[in-house]
Amino acid sequence: MATKGWDEFDAGSLLFSFDTNAKMKDIATTHAEDRPYNESNSFTASVADWRIDKPIFAQDYCIDCQFCWIYCPDISIISRDKKMVGIDMDHCKGCGICVEVCPTNPKSLLMFPEMANEEEELAKWPKKSKEEK
Amino acid sequence: MADIMELRDIEVWDGNMASAQSLRQAQVDVVAAYPITPSTPIVEGYASMLANGYVDGEYVMVESEHAAMSACIGASAAGGRVATATSSQGFALMVETLYQASGMRLPIVLHVVNRALGAPLNVNGDHSDMYLGRDSGWIQLDTFTPQEAYDLGLCAFKIAEDHGVRLPVMVHQDGFICSHTAQGITVLQDKDAYAFVGDFKPMNSMLDFEKPATYGVQTEEDWHFEHKTRQHNDLMTKAFPQIEKVFAEFKKTTGREYNIVEKYKTEDAEVVIIAMGTTVETAHLAADQMREEGVKAGVIGVRVLRPFPFEMFKEALRGIKAVATLDRSSPHGTVGMLYNEMAGACYGLKDNERPVLNNYIYGLGGRDITIVHLKEIYADLVENAKAGSVQQHLQQYVNVRGPKLGFL
Repeated sequence: MATKGWDEFDAGSLLFSFDTNAKMKDIATTHAEDRPYNESNSFTASVADWRIDKPIFAQDYCIDCQFCWIYCPDISIISRDKKMVGIDMDHCKGCGICVEVCPTNPKSLLMFPEMANEEEELAKWPKKSKEEK
Repeated sequence: MADIMELRDIEVWDGNMASAQSLRQAQVDVVAAYPITPSTPIVEGYASMLANGYVDGEYVMVESEHAAMSACIGASAAGGRVATATSSQGFALMVETLYQASGMRLPIVLHVVNRALGAPLNVNGDHSDMYLGRDSGWIQLDTFTPQEAYDLGLCAFKIAEDHGVRLPVMVHQDGFICSHTAQGITVLQDKDAYAFVGDFKPMNSMLDFEKPATYGVQTEEDWHFEHKTRQHNDLMTKAFPQIEKVFAEFKKTTGREYNIVEKYKTEDAEVVIIAMGTTVETAHLAADQMREEGVKAGVIGVRVLRPFPFEMFKEALRGIKAVATLDRSSPHGTVGMLYNEMAGACYGLKDNERPVLNNYIYGLGGRDITIVHLKEIYADLVENAKAGSVQQHLQQYVNVRGPKLGFL
């Protein structure tokens, strides 16, 4: 436990998201990993161990529709210039919503047990299934 | 911009209107309210003034008192001047959120029109709700008249919003006896009242995009204690200096003087009644009559209940022979709260300067207390002063039907 005393806290048991000394140009155009989050911000904490199942992303089938990015409740889909690039595995809690909303056939995101090997699963990714009416 | 309300120098307002006008003159940004008797006219009056263009703010109608205080907490954390009003059962429903407000150090002003707590259901004034709030971490100011409800309504913002204090403040007045009694009130014009209260100065606003803050964090056994300690320290060390500063500024502005401990004819007093709310004025009259009969009687009114002015009461009670503490709330299984507080304050006095202390429970559910009752209490005190010890039961009940009642 740190040695910070009661007199060293801001009144109101509040926490600031950013390092108060840091200067940020424009928060809207600064990616999360480049923002001066301070150590008490949840961005710097990993909650990966909350997860039982994890999503695996198969880029070959992705059409960059951004549905997963929009629907992810934990801002854990990483997208750059409207291109899906991967998943923030420190904050993904394995809810499976990204898989649910993925419109491709086969899906570009599927859920697997946390211990599954990504390369092996990608190698045996399901094939395109016939449209069901 | 809000319209200016032209006021006469003396307006005829009851305690509720006095409170509502103090909120209007402070130009509160957000009032979230769920009206309850007897405080209803405060938020009703405020809403009407807002609808008529006299306030530049938001009025949020909510589904309960719990929601009212929750909305106030959100608005205050976001960074604005916030106030509301409640009573009794509504206050009880607010209790959970009261602790949130003080823990997050949000300078909300809450007008509490004191009313009994059921059962049995009762809409009249006693201090049960005020007592319920005394561990909630709020500063509690007690007013005795409609004029004081107005005056301290303005002072409350200056006390709460000070950056060293940053704690919510309750302004108490007695249900009906104060809240629905119209009296001549000497008022400040809008411009002067607002100049006294001053602009709201934001601090750590949640919606400050340059420096966003997270309110309502979780801490466990690792840090919870430190945060609570910080809060208690600031209540104990920063509230009184700010209250005194604001009272001094208010006196300069209006000529009306307020003190943390309100003493009346105590300089040479041998017997003293300690009371709160409207009873204080009645006790003044009783003390005057006792003095005509040759008894050196005095009164102390509790102006600030929390933080409790422990040292000031210790000094105020030093050397007085007999003191009665009057509690208008059922203590349910112990002595009254004022007895406990005063006994604690007196304990450090030497034997020969420590008063004989007893306790009276009175006025529950709005039961009257009259000059006659208070003179009977003074008569007990004279007896106790002469004997040097309590000659009756330590705790007595005043003006209740049935066999005379006393405990301890």
